[in-house]
Order: sequence, then C-alpha cells, then structure tokens
Amino acid sequence: MQFGIFSVSDVTRDPVTGYTPSEAERIDDVVEMARHADEAGLDVFAIGEHHNPPFFDSSPTTLLAAIAATTRGITLSTSTTLITTNDPVKIAEDYAMLQHLAKGRLDLMLGRGNTGPVYPWFGKDIRKGVHLALENYNLLHRLWREDVVDWDGEFRTPLQGFTSTPRPLDDVPPFVWHGSIRTPEIAEQAAYYGNGFFANNILAPNGHFKPLVDLYRKRYEHYGHGRAQDAIVGLGGQAYIAKRSQDAYAEYRPYFDNNAHGIRIPLEDWVNATPSSVGSPQEIIDKTLGFHEIFGDYQRQLWVVDNGGLPQSAVLKQIDLLAEEVVPVLRKELAARRAPGVPEAAPTHADLVRAKYGDRPARQPRPNANRGDNTAGTSPYQDSDPDKVAVHPSL
Amino acid sequence: MTTDIEEPRTIVVVSAGVSDPSSSRLLADRLAQKTHDLLHAHGIESRITTIELRTLVDEIGRATVAGFVGEGLRPAIEHLAAADAVITATPVYKAGVSGLFKSFVDLLDNDLLIAKPVAVTATAGSARHALVPDEQMRPLFAYMRALVTPTALFAAPEDWGDGALGDRIARAATELAALIESGVSRSVVDGTWSRYQHQFGSSAQRSGRAVEPGEIDFDTDLMRLATGGRATAAAVPQRS
Repeated sequence: MQFGIFSVSDVTRDPVTGYTPSEAERIDDVVEMARHADEAGLDVFAIGEHHNPPFFDSSPTTLLAAIAATTRGITLSTSTTLITTNDPVKIAEDYAMLQHLAKGRLDLMLGRGNTGPVYPWFGKDIRKGVHLALENYNLLHRLWREDVVDWDGEFRTPLQGFTSTPRPLDDVPPFVWHGSIRTPEIAEQAAYYGNGFFANNILAPNGHFKPLVDLYRKRYEHYGHGRAQDAIVGLGGQAYIAKRSQDAYAEYRPYFDNNAHGIRIPLEDWVNATPSSVGSPQEIIDKTLGFHEIFGDYQRQLWVVDNGGLPQSAVLKQIDLLAEEVVPVLRKELAARRAPGVPEAAPTHADLVRAKYGDRPARQPRPNANRGDNTAGTSPYQDSDPDKVAVHPSL
Repeated sequence: MTTDIEEPRTIVVVSAGVSDPSSSRLLADRLAQKTHDLLHAHGIESRITTIELRTLVDEIGRATVAGFVGEGLRPAIEHLAAADAVITATPVYKAGVSGLFKSFVDLLDNDLLIAKPVAVTATAGSARHALVPDEQMRPLFAYMRALVTPTALFAAPEDWGDGALGDRIARAATELAALIESGVSRSVVDGTWSRYQHQFGSSAQRSGRAVEPGEIDFDTDLMRLATGGRATAAAVPQRS
C-alpha cells in the first residue's frame, strides 16, 4: 500500500492571520512539503496542474523535476495532468524526460481538469472534454510504446513517422492513473488498458465514488488484466490531524469555514457526511479503514493536507503526524485485511521493468546516426524494427 | 414483469407550502384524491405519498451549496424515481414559484422524471398570478422531459369558494388518471431510454426498476474511443 499527499497548488489567504503567501513563497513551500514527505517516509507526492490564479502549478514536470533532484525515495505523481488541453505529444515527451531524471520514481494521473475557461485558452472546446481525454490518451499510450507512430484522430494534426523522445526510461512507460469523479468512459479506458483508476474522494458523500470504482473493477476483469479485486485503485481524501480530536477541530475549523467551495455547514456535519478526515490520529485511522470497507482492497491513499490557506508549519506537522502515527498503523491494518493475491501497491518502475524483461537487461534505445535531415525515419534506434514502415506525409 | 400491472400505482405529491395546513398542500391533496378515485373507478388501485418540502428545507439548502444530495433527501428522491405520477404544488412568491420549490427541483437528476405524468399547481394571494403554473412550472417540467397534464391548476383566495375550482380539479385529475392508466410513460421510456442524456450514478429508474450502476451502454462512440477505437468515422474527415 502506498500512502502520500497531494496538492492542487492553490495560493490561499490564511483566514486566521490574513496573510497571503506570494507565488514565490508557495512554490518554495510546496517543494519543501515534498522533501519533508520524502524524509518522513511517505510513499507518494502528487501535484495538480492549473493554468489560472490562485494556482501556481502550470508546469508540473518542471516542479517535479526539481523535487526529484532533492528527494530520495518518494514516488512523484500528478493530481492531475490535464489530458484534455495538453498536447499528448508534449505529455509523452515531458513525462518521459521527467521519468529519466527521477530515475523511475514517477507515475502520473490523467484528468480532464475543472476550470471551464482553460479549454478555450488552449484552443479546445470543453464540450469535447471527454472525447479529448479519451483520444489523447489513446495517442499517449502508443507514443510511449512504439518507436515510430503513424496516427490521425479528431483533435490533433496527424503524425506520420513520429518518434517521441526520449524513449521512456528502460523503455518502460510510467504507470498511468485515470482520475474521474463521474465519467464511466474514463473508468472504461482505465480498465481497457489495465491502468490505475483514482477517485479523489473529496467534496462528495461517503461512498459516492463506489459505483464508478466498481465499474472500473468489473471491466478490468472483463479485459483480462486480472480479477476485479486486483484492479489498481487509488483514493484521495483530506486530512487534518492533531493529537487530541478537539484540537484538530478547533485548529482546522477556520480553514474549513473559509473553504473555496461555498460549503457553509458545520465542520462536524461535513466530516460525518463525507470522506473528509479531521481528528486524532486514531480517528483518521478509523475513517481510512472505513474507505477500505466501502471500496475493498486498494493500492494508494493520498490526502490533501495544505488546503484552505493552512500555514506551512501546520502542513509540515500534518505530514509528520501522518507518517508517524497514522500511516504505520494503516500499513499494518490494511495489509492484514488484504485478500490473498491482491496487489499491495501500484506497480513501481522496478516492478514494470521486471514484468517486461524478467532477468534480462532492459532495452536502452540508442539512436542511429544523424543523417543530416533531422528526421528519424522508420528505424530511429539501432534496435528499432526495420520492418516497421512509417508512412510519410505526401507534400 | 407482468405482475407490475397488479401493483398499486404511486402518486407522489411534492408540496412547497410552508404552513400546516397550507393551501398549496390542500390543492394538491384534492387533485391527488380525485385522481385516486378516478383510477379506483377503473379498477386501478393507487397509493399517495406526500413530500413536504418545508420539512426538508435544511437538507435542500445544504445540498444546494455542497453540490451533492445528502442522506436526508434520499427518500424523497427515491419516491419520485419510483412514482407513476407526480403532483407538484407551490405557493407563488414575488410573482414566481417559491425558491424552496425551485431549489428542490434543481437538485433532481435530469433524467429522474422522464416521461412521467406531472400535474402543476400553485396557489397565490391574488388571481393576478394565475399563469404561474403555465408560464413557470410547465417549462420547468418540460426541461425535465416530463409529461405535464394539459390543465394546470391555480387557486387564489376567491377560488376556494367557487365550484369552478372543483371542476378544474376534476378535469386535471381526469387527465392525470388517463396518463397513468394509458401506460404512456412506460411506452416512451422503454423505447427511448438510451436516447436521453443520463449521468452516471443518477437516481432515475427505468420502467419501475433501478438503473444499475453497471448497466452501462458500451456500444457508444465514447466507449469505442475509450477502448482505442474511433468516436465515429464521420467525425474524422477522410483524408486522401
């Protein structure tokens, strides 16, 4: 089981002190969060992608590359990478590059995003959001698996004889999660490809995401990737922890009351009705074990710990409490509950390398010599399949 | 299932009246009772269930800002999902349906009332609001793809002492009972369910049974696209 934190990279005024961090401060703080989570022994740090204030992270691969350089063990991920408004070719390139620099400590989660105006800013139509997500992933999937891609679809100029560089680390693509809160087609796509499925598990009633997760599990089995219970499921959540329950509520209340979603109900009612976790370490543990009761065995649990303008000191404290008092117990408890044969975690890079190559050495693509025309041809690498013929554009 | 025919039909009253008793509720009750009696005369049994929105005001307010429907609203929505007919009733405030009424309807899944017979009724302090049911409630339930009865009911204070109101109630009841008896709702839904928009996880029922979350149509453009195929051949211009 992997445990970690995720953030949407918001820059929010602290409602208690009235202080709004600058973008520069918040970027430094988030890098520090990730390093702190790594040092504390959490397994995953994930960051969102947004292209509008009050969010700063328009460039997750740049941010994660900097974090990769100063962390040792933590897996870096996204929450989410916008598969709708980004060019899948650029996603293939950027994340393969990041995967190399992070030495394989990378996976990514694809999502549609939730800010309507972003689509037209990037020349896309939000009414085609699901189409874009599905088609773009179909292309991304191939770009990471085929040295030379011929492709055409509805939303992007066709590709003929295209090679996405660098090839993924060890020629093994990063593991992909598909995040969705309501779209059965996304669950279907995750199942079809045998990828992971992530439900953010926030801002909705307890169990709200279960039908979608169950659909994904059922279809994962349908497509022959394993039993339904073996499908790779990740859940989000939000946590605020203090040693004593009443302190957690007292400290977190002004930040909840200040929430950006217009939710103006008592914090206690909110925590009862939704997966939101506030309280003592034991209460967070119990709540998370409740997720397991609803969703069954799952592989990754991420929490938001930096929302609502919480000061950095409180965020780091949350990471410590998670790592020291919550996660160790959950590791034990969830392992004890896990049915035989069910994957303990999402596959790591090492797992994927082993699955692809066994004991053989991993493929290391070496380009053929530059012929001066700046195009790669049908066999861009020394070991590319020479029989694979690319169809070049007729000009 | 053939046994469905023998089961009592369910008429659900949704009242946004705020007093007890309220005139809105009274008008809806008279229509419900008359519809029940007409069905009974035709050998069809029916059961009337009433949803008083004033008792759900906290839940409705909460759901409106939280973006999701809490447990407290579940029974009301499930009654509507299973209803064979719906009678709606609202007081008129500031020349329109009450905010409570509209807020409740705003929370319903778009496909919850598809092809269900619906009667629209309103009460007001003045006859000058008489067109509120026709001009505001009828379009609202048209949006919901419901079958609104030809007669909309309205009662101002003077109507309660006028036998003509009883005549109009009888007319609306006749229409509603005829729609229930005809089974038109089921005929429409059975033939066209997949042609309406549905959101995953909706509370809507299809012909009296819950739509299972796993009951997904995989034979769609988007599902083909999800599995590495193309949305439609036509969507992609042919290139030579």
